[in-house]
Amino acid sequence: MLQIDRWKRILIIGLCIIGIGFAVPNLFYGTVESHNDAVAEIERTGVETPELAAARDGWPSWLPSSVVALGLDLRGGAHLLGEVRVAEVHKARMDALWPELRRALADERATLGAIRRTPSPEGTLRIEIENAANIARAVEIVRGFSTPVTSLTGAGQQSLAIQQAGNAITVQLSDAEKAVTDDRTVQQSVEIIRRRVDEVGTREPTIVRQGADRILIQVPGIGSAEELKALIGTTAKLTFNSVVATGTAPQARPGVGQLVLPSADQDGVFYTLDENPVVTGEELTNAMPGTDPNGQPAVDFTFNPSGARKFGAYTSANIGQPFAIVLDDQVISAPVIRSAIPGGTGQISGSMDFDGANRLAVLLRAGALPAQLDFLEERTIGPELGQDSIDAGRVSSVIATAAVVAYMIASYGLFGAFASISVILNVILILSVMSVMGATLTLPGIAGIVLTVGTAVDANVIIYERIREELRAGKRVAKAISDGFNEAMSAIIDANVTSFIAAAVMFFLGSGPVKGFAVTLTIGLVTSVFTALFLTRLMIVLWLEWRKPKELIL
Amino acid sequence: MAFRLKLVPDHTRIDFFRWQWLTFGTSMAAMLASVILIFTVGLNFGIDFKGGTTIRTESPTAFEVGDYRNALSDLGFSDLAITEVFDPSFGADRNVAMIRIGTTDETGSVTPEELNRIEAALQQVDPEITFAAVESVGPKVSAELIQTAFYAVGAACLGIMAYIWLRFEWQFSIGAVVSLIHDVLLTVGLFSLFQLKFDLTTIAALLTTLGFSCNDTVVVFDRLRENLMKYKTRPLIDLMNLTTNETLSRTIMTAVTTAIALTAMLIFGGDVIRDFVIAMLFGVIVGCYSTIYVAKNIVLWLGVKRDWSKKDPKLAASPFENAERP
Repeated sequence: MLQIDRWKRILIIGLCIIGIGFAVPNLFYGTVESHNDAVAEIERTGVETPELAAARDGWPSWLPSSVVALGLDLRGGAHLLGEVRVAEVHKARMDALWPELRRALADERATLGAIRRTPSPEGTLRIEIENAANIARAVEIVRGFSTPVTSLTGAGQQSLAIQQAGNAITVQLSDAEKAVTDDRTVQQSVEIIRRRVDEVGTREPTIVRQGADRILIQVPGIGSAEELKALIGTTAKLTFNSVVATGTAPQARPGVGQLVLPSADQDGVFYTLDENPVVTGEELTNAMPGTDPNGQPAVDFTFNPSGARKFGAYTSANIGQPFAIVLDDQVISAPVIRSAIPGGTGQISGSMDFDGANRLAVLLRAGALPAQLDFLEERTIGPELGQDSIDAGRVSSVIATAAVVAYMIASYGLFGAFASISVILNVILILSVMSVMGATLTLPGIAGIVLTVGTAVDANVIIYERIREELRAGKRVAKAISDGFNEAMSAIIDANVTSFIAAAVMFFLGSGPVKGFAVTLTIGLVTSVFTALFLTRLMIVLWLEWRKPKELIL
Repeated sequence: MAFRLKLVPDHTRIDFFRWQWLTFGTSMAAMLASVILIFTVGLNFGIDFKGGTTIRTESPTAFEVGDYRNALSDLGFSDLAITEVFDPSFGADRNVAMIRIGTTDETGSVTPEELNRIEAALQQVDPEITFAAVESVGPKVSAELIQTAFYAVGAACLGIMAYIWLRFEWQFSIGAVVSLIHDVLLTVGLFSLFQLKFDLTTIAALLTTLGFSCNDTVVVFDRLRENLMKYKTRPLIDLMNLTTNETLSRTIMTAVTTAIALTAMLIFGGDVIRDFVIAMLFGVIVGCYSTIYVAKNIVLWLGVKRDWSKKDPKLAASPFENAERP
């Protein structure tokens, strides 16, 4: 146990030095962070302003520049847990299927008789035909709209589940198709939320899918969860529809293929619109905040070529007619077409302030969410509270470390000093590993580090107590130390494995701060075993070789 | 001779089983009391588990909880709690309150309109008030979180039990798990007794306590196994006392260093994390106690296989037989 090869010595010391190197940037947190931001900004925009260059040069680029990411509870920011209303998409799919089905069934009116859709739960489509005798033919037609599901688990299944009872057919998405659709809906939502949040340009947002239909959004540095909700809580589905009539009655009976929507800013005004939009927001290529001719805030937009073509053709054919700009089932404005708009650009104006115009532009650029989000959990932590927690964490770690060091030296003298060096290095190693891994430090994580300071000496204590016993048994110094390390080994491993089990459970079942705590604890376990078994041993071996002590008081 | 601080003298011969009925009985009584407390008084669940909204307000001027309550009572929240937060680090110009509002919505959290009304009402009482943190959890999530928390504690216990069974004998794993349950129950009981806020971080503290308590138990068991192989004929009860005496110095040493570190965090770590640290500190102390007085008692009663060289279960000796085997 007391022979350590030269290469091992170099390796141990080397690892410690590298560890210290990677922890150093955390001492200059602000400088390093602005350096990293500046580098990213220059790379993204390709423009190098003097301020960015100064921020970048504030930290030498050859030094390690990763720092520990701070959790929301330390940095301040907003946290939202949203649930995607996946059922909305099922409903939209069925509603979209109805016109097509009707057309197909109507072609066989001779055999089927009259066809109508009757009320049914959302997400289902119930069709009644007149001639119940020919229901089988109707089912056959409906089945023609079903396609095989392409997914690993749903292989061999059809996309539509069709039930028949009497003269009625009930159609809905099959479970396999629902699973595929839901998966795609949530993925799209994540993507669009990411785009929206990125547009606002905050640092390191976390947007991850959680479970089947949930999305976790964490944005550091944003003022409040409400602000974040305003950004991602609207679906921002934009359509341009032709106006059939304007009225004041919400109950106005729309004709086939028409719908009635309220005005966004005028109470009691309702528009009857053609259900099929002329152009949709999906065909926008750009949207920017601007002003209308009266100096009021507005949003300028540009269509892609196909959108521009459709819009141009429609406007030239309907001069003098009003058309409606519809956002999330509300008519923002319904201007009258004065001339053909061939260039594919246009403007949305209406009652909005500059913030609203700006936000609408962001939403339109990022695209519409496939379904609405319900917010199940929201947290806002102010930056001052986070800073207070960091300060408190710093003070208490320093005091805890100092107290433990004093106690260890009082108990074990020189060997206590060795253990103390290990403990301090252990904290440094935790920070450097977290920096390199990009792990997030949370407030419970700081408590985890402080706890590790207390428990990291445990391995050393087990070894030292063992050496004491061996010395008491009358063994020579070198033999006692060697046996002490050997005998203590299994206890140290067992003890750390049990702690590791607890930490692993926390990691897999915990969320947010708890997860951060588990990560810190796990890293601390690994580094403390390393420092106790290798670093302390190396220090003791070096001391033995240097002093060749005849006796040891421990 | 150089000075060495030794909380435990070199050679102790404490009979840890002398008062075993008293110590074990106390533990069992404490467990029972905790269960009763949890079911009668209940726990002060945080919004993680109960759903609802908490608002942390800070103001440079002193305030009366009653004023806040009056301001908010008109808004029609049935479930409203306001507490003042104290911390040694707060000066006279830092007055912190926690406002908790029960959940109002079925799926989601508090609505933005409600939040605006609350903030406006408080700003009328105190124009300088700031809102340091606003957290809101819907009942749907909180129900899941509490379920996950139960699973987490259970999974950790099972995992540790399996590992100890693998490394030692089943008697040891039963002993360890009973002492783990003891630690968890007592800590939860403490939270019920003092109505400390019980939320997700408390679960993290509980799990850490489990790891620590077990760590301690394992070190003692490891030594016991060694002694069992060394002294094949001594009665189990003697070996247990020997083992505990041998490892006592280490147990105390580690408990003290951990307690020192946590106490620093308790005093200087700020109020946000105080309950979390209390849970861990208490858990460490209880964990230390349960190793000596709970885990070993269970192993003693279950008996262990003594002769590790033979694989015949019939040779397993009960301590009460006290028989020597070749």
